[in-house]
Amino acid sequence: MKKLLTGNEVIVQAALASGALGYAGYPITPATEIMTEWDKAFVKDKNLRFLQTEDEMSAGFVTIGMIMGGIKAFTATAGPGNTLMQDPLTMAENMRIPMVVIIAQRGGPSTGSVIYSQQEVILSGWGGNSEGYRVVYSPSNIQELYDYTIKAFNTAWTHMFPTIVLTDGYVVKTRQSVDIYQPKKLVKSHPLVVKSYERNADKELDYQNLSNTFVTEEQSYEVNMDLMNAFKKMTPKVVESEVYQKGNYKTLIIVHGLVAGAAKEAVDMKGKEKKFGLFRPITLNPFPINELKKAARGVKQIIVAESAHNQLQKLVKEALYGEHINIKQYGRPGLGITPEELIKLVK
Amino acid sequence: MSDLTVPKCWKLSSKPHNFCPGCGYPIMYKALGENIDEMKLQNKTFIGLDIGCALLSWDFFNVDTMQTHHGRTIPVVVGFKKVQPDSVGIAIVGDGGGYAIGAQHLINARMRNEPMTVIVVNNAVYGMTGGQEAPTSLPGQITSTSVTGADQHIIQGSRMLTEMLDDEVYIARGSVDNLIQLKTFIKRALEWQINKKGFSLVEVLSFCPTNWHTDAKQTRAFLNTMKQRYPVGEFKLKKNKE
Repeated sequence: MKKLLTGNEVIVQAALASGALGYAGYPITPATEIMTEWDKAFVKDKNLRFLQTEDEMSAGFVTIGMIMGGIKAFTATAGPGNTLMQDPLTMAENMRIPMVVIIAQRGGPSTGSVIYSQQEVILSGWGGNSEGYRVVYSPSNIQELYDYTIKAFNTAWTHMFPTIVLTDGYVVKTRQSVDIYQPKKLVKSHPLVVKSYERNADKELDYQNLSNTFVTEEQSYEVNMDLMNAFKKMTPKVVESEVYQKGNYKTLIIVHGLVAGAAKEAVDMKGKEKKFGLFRPITLNPFPINELKKAARGVKQIIVAESAHNQLQKLVKEALYGEHINIKQYGRPGLGITPEELIKLVK
Repeated sequence: MSDLTVPKCWKLSSKPHNFCPGCGYPIMYKALGENIDEMKLQNKTFIGLDIGCALLSWDFFNVDTMQTHHGRTIPVVVGFKKVQPDSVGIAIVGDGGGYAIGAQHLINARMRNEPMTVIVVNNAVYGMTGGQEAPTSLPGQITSTSVTGADQHIIQGSRMLTEMLDDEVYIARGSVDNLIQLKTFIKRALEWQINKKGFSLVEVLSFCPTNWHTDAKQTRAFLNTMKQRYPVGEFKLKKNKE
């Protein structure tokens, strides 16, 4: 069913369609309306849980507590709140807690702007004292925001890694037409501690004692290897990217998120004439390395365009290490990027 | 009952426990464990454990437990109780986790009257990291970050939490050298939660001979000094009379 909704409203619709029952959050522009919309749903539905917490760390850890109790739960934040959210996110990585976090990027560093940027890529994917054992989706428009928020809950509860939907202030604040549908596939949630109140008190294994502390370096190594192996095993099942349009071209433009909309327009306008195409990672973590290598085969130059100085470019360079392709960077921290700008870059 | 002298809900395979000789934690856990046994709460209790010495007890009980991040134990238990309202949620934190790094969570949990019980173990030092100054260190106390003596300001956490709202609450301060009284306070705190009255807290004055650098006699004497600054008993809400 088509509806006219803002991105923030779409996220709540997607969470509800995914069977999410819990939300804890702290107000922060531009993500605040996710919480206010959830509250509207909460007062009408006794199954839902809601808490406005004292800060983003609490928001993340209350969300984790809800998940431990057995429901799908999520939180949302932005900018400085994303910095604080790294505290619960690393615990979710260590303990394999299927926590879903929506991040609406705003301009940084510091308090920055409340509007727009793509400066939280590295933080969202690899923040905290961790090595990025988490999935990050970067939808490019409001319809994808719906699709990938649903997918985020499924990925989190299938693979038991925290999963982030990385969007931005422009997308979540814009009102557009979006197709709201009932998902065909929904992964079920289950309690992570109390499996049953009926237990044999003498059986130690009937009780869960969970810790995220390592006693030795060897234990630290082992847990990290387990996490990395599980993440690698999951990667082919979740990694996603898009090439637009397929064909032989000299220049490959690489963008993600909202900028992909402008890049598609640029390709439609001048792609054939100036011989360029578009590659966009949909999962920023895990990054579609093989898919990018394939798309970059034979091209003369790559242009990375992003509303940040050097975030996506880092990922691209790492993925293409040893490929000997000229990479140009068009970094516009905090600014939107138009199709005309992109067309001008192709020489 | 078996002939064991430890509570039935203690996990025997994790004993001997990891606490230092002379630590107050195991005494507090005796009081908590006996209450869990007698009140038949073993199968419906969820314990969150903070960083600090509390983490050493991540597998102390045959009870569902989860060790969290420093200061963040209260939010985890808050979230859990939203989903499992008939469970008994307990957050065990030190004086640092309760009154410093996690203070905002503690204050807001009390403000929202979250249906949970917090146990704050107050031993006047940061034990796990080797005896640094805590918000509860006594004036003049020598610690590794107050080498000329701790400052004059100490936090009266339990009193603050009692008086910050006009709403009824169960808050008490016990000590590990009076097990019977401590057990009673913990029992009343758990009953408060079970009877759906909301937030309850027990502050526990505890031994830390390792970081106090005290022998047995000096340890008891130090605890008695602590009691003079942190009076033991149940806190009563002063009613505002207009």
